[in-house]
This record gives sequence, C-alpha cells and structure tokens, in this order.
Amino acid sequence: MENLNLFIRSIFIDNMIFAYFLGMCSFIAVSKNVATAFGLGVAVTFMLAITVPANYLITTYVLGPGALVWAGPEFADVDLSFLSLIVFIAVIASLTQLVEMVVEKYSPSLYASLGIFLPLIAVNCAILGGSLFMQQRGFDSVATSFCAGSGWGIGWLLAITAVAAVRERVAAYSNVPAPLRGVGITFIITALMGIAFMSFLGIKI
Amino acid sequence: MAEKISNRKVFFNPFSKDNPVLVQILGICSVLAVTVKLAPALAMGLSVIAVLAFSNVIISILRKTIPTNIRIIVQLVVVAGLVVIVSQLLQAYAYDVSKQLSVFISLIITNCILMGRLEAFAMANRPWPSFLDGVGNGIGYTIILVSVAFFRELLGSGTLFGFRVVPQALYDAGYVDNGLMILPPMALVVVACIIWVQRSFNKDLQEK
Repeated sequence: MENLNLFIRSIFIDNMIFAYFLGMCSFIAVSKNVATAFGLGVAVTFMLAITVPANYLITTYVLGPGALVWAGPEFADVDLSFLSLIVFIAVIASLTQLVEMVVEKYSPSLYASLGIFLPLIAVNCAILGGSLFMQQRGFDSVATSFCAGSGWGIGWLLAITAVAAVRERVAAYSNVPAPLRGVGITFIITALMGIAFMSFLGIKI
Repeated sequence: MAEKISNRKVFFNPFSKDNPVLVQILGICSVLAVTVKLAPALAMGLSVIAVLAFSNVIISILRKTIPTNIRIIVQLVVVAGLVVIVSQLLQAYAYDVSKQLSVFISLIITNCILMGRLEAFAMANRPWPSFLDGVGNGIGYTIILVSVAFFRELLGSGTLFGFRVVPQALYDAGYVDNGLMILPPMALVVVACIIWVQRSFNKDLQEK
C-alpha cells in the first residue's frame, strides 16, 4: 500500500518536470510533436524503472557505509559513498548501452522507433536524478525503488506528451509574438502546466 | 572551422549571441532549480565554470587518443571525476551552500552544457581555445543563472544575497512579496521573458 502511494506521489506530486525540472533539455528539444515525445517518454520510463532499483542494489550492497560486510567482517567500516556519482553514471551509461543492444536484437521495430532516443537517455538528468533522489531519501527495498522509479518515469512521460500536444496546437493555430516563438512559448506553456500540477501538492495520500 | 574563429570570439560569443542557455538551450534544469536565491545560484555558476573549463581542457588533450565509439563514457568519467572533486570541496568549505544545492551539484554531470561543449568544441580543438570556450560558456551560463536569481529573489523575498533591499516603509504602505516568484514554475516564465528580450534585439535568432 505504501509503495502504491509512493508510485502515485512520484507521478503527480514529485513530478520530475514540474517539480524538479529534471530532463528539461531533451524535454524542450523533443516536445515538438506528440509521437516522438511519446517515444522518448516511454524510453525514459523504462530506463528509470530499471536504473533506480539497480542503483539501489549497488548502494546497499557495495557503496553504503558498512555495505561490504557480506564480504567479510574486516570491511565493516568501509564507506564508499563518495564514489556513488561515478558508479551511478557508469551504471546508467552501460545499462543504456545494454538495453539498446537487447532491443536491437529482439525487437527491431521498437528499436526503429526508440533508436535515436536511447543514447540520448544516458545524459538525461531525470535518470541520474532518480538514482540520486533514491540515495538521498534512503529508500529501503527494491520494490520501493522500482515504484518510485517507474512513477517518476510515467510522470515524465505524462508531462512531455501533454506539452507536446499543446505545442502542436500552438504552432498551428496561434499568433505568438515572433521573439517568443519556439523555445520561449514552450517555457511559458510548461510554467502554466507546472502551476496546474501544483494543485496536487495539497493532496494527502 | 576551428582555426578561423578567433580566440576572442570563442570567449565572448557565449555571453549573448551564442548563449548556452538562451540560444543553445543547454543546461536548463539547473537554471530553473537553483535560482530561488542569489548565493546558491552564484555558487552553482562558479562550479559549472570550473568543471566545464577543466573537462574541456582534459578532453581536448585526450581527443586524439579516445576511440570514438566509447567517447561518451570517457567524457562522462572525466566530468564525473571533476564534479566529485567540486562537490567534496563545497562540502568541506561551504557546507550550507552544498546543502541548498543538494543533488544539483551532482547533476552537473548530466548538465547538457558539458556534454554539448565537449562534443561540439573540445573534441575538435586544441586545449587553449577549449579552455577559453569552457570559461566563456560557463560565464554565459552564470550570467543567466544570476539574472534569473536576481529577479526571483528581489521580487519573491525582497532581499539580495540575503540582505533586505526593499525598504520597510514599502511593506508598511501595503507592498507584499510576490510568493509566486519563489515557486518553481516562475523560473520558467523569467527565462522566457529573458529569451523574449534577447530575441527581440537579435532578430536573426527568431524562429519562424
């Protein structure tokens, strides 16, 4: 039950885009039309759902203070947490590579639609941010990390798809002042949507 | 192309005409998240300048020895190493600031400015121009960071660097701080306004 709450919180209240502004660069760049935005969103969700639990396991069994106890009592006071950044980014980069290869081998059609986005994801701050939040908040099980990770991913997917849909309409039907066209108006759309999402803040789950 | 651009241009272009945030749309995440107050924004800006300049130099020195198919991982490791140094230094000498910046100092690693500049410039140029490019882009980024933070802190809490600048008399006369400015979405609006102003001066940047 707690994990379900966390999942829903991660989608709406702790939304990666509207509450933390993570993954904005690809968000702004790829939100020009709904289909591609959705593709990137799915890829991000997938990676978040994998990398957050993977990094949770690494933090718990390798990097945290005293985490190496299983290897022998003499490791009880080893604390490798200063390495976590490098390890996290390496895990994310290699998982991205791995997923890319697996998808390419077993599902060429999915690869064709996600292909270009997968490498981009290694440097999407939403992914690394997810792992760092996991460490900062001290999640205590794989299930919790999975729920939070997939929740953040779905929140991101929701945000980019919604903004892409609005952008399509704005580009087709409205007369935006010239200096504000493109990037500028996207910022304002995102801001307005962010304010709307803030209304979820008061909800207690 | 690299040789034709003078070092001066490499250094000064990112300030406005080729600004990493406004024109190249890189590094937006941190601009929005750390700009509620001026002090953390400045600390963030300085950290980015340092990391960007040195990672540009290192990658530029290594550029001929890095195999192209693993270059992203090499770049990430170099950047990650530098970011760890910066974040440990901040924790040692400026603990409060590093607390306020929380995960965002670590997120410099995935700050697209870094990857963008490494890919676009350092991989193709000699160390000295790369250093200038790094510092220039870092400063361009800091300018935006600081100006967004300036407006948000001034209008949102009536202070600058934590000192009260809006006189008490104004509050007595009924002036109220705009709480909306402290909320995250307003950072987007402030950046949009800066883009608006900048593009109305530089007409060639406007999109159709």
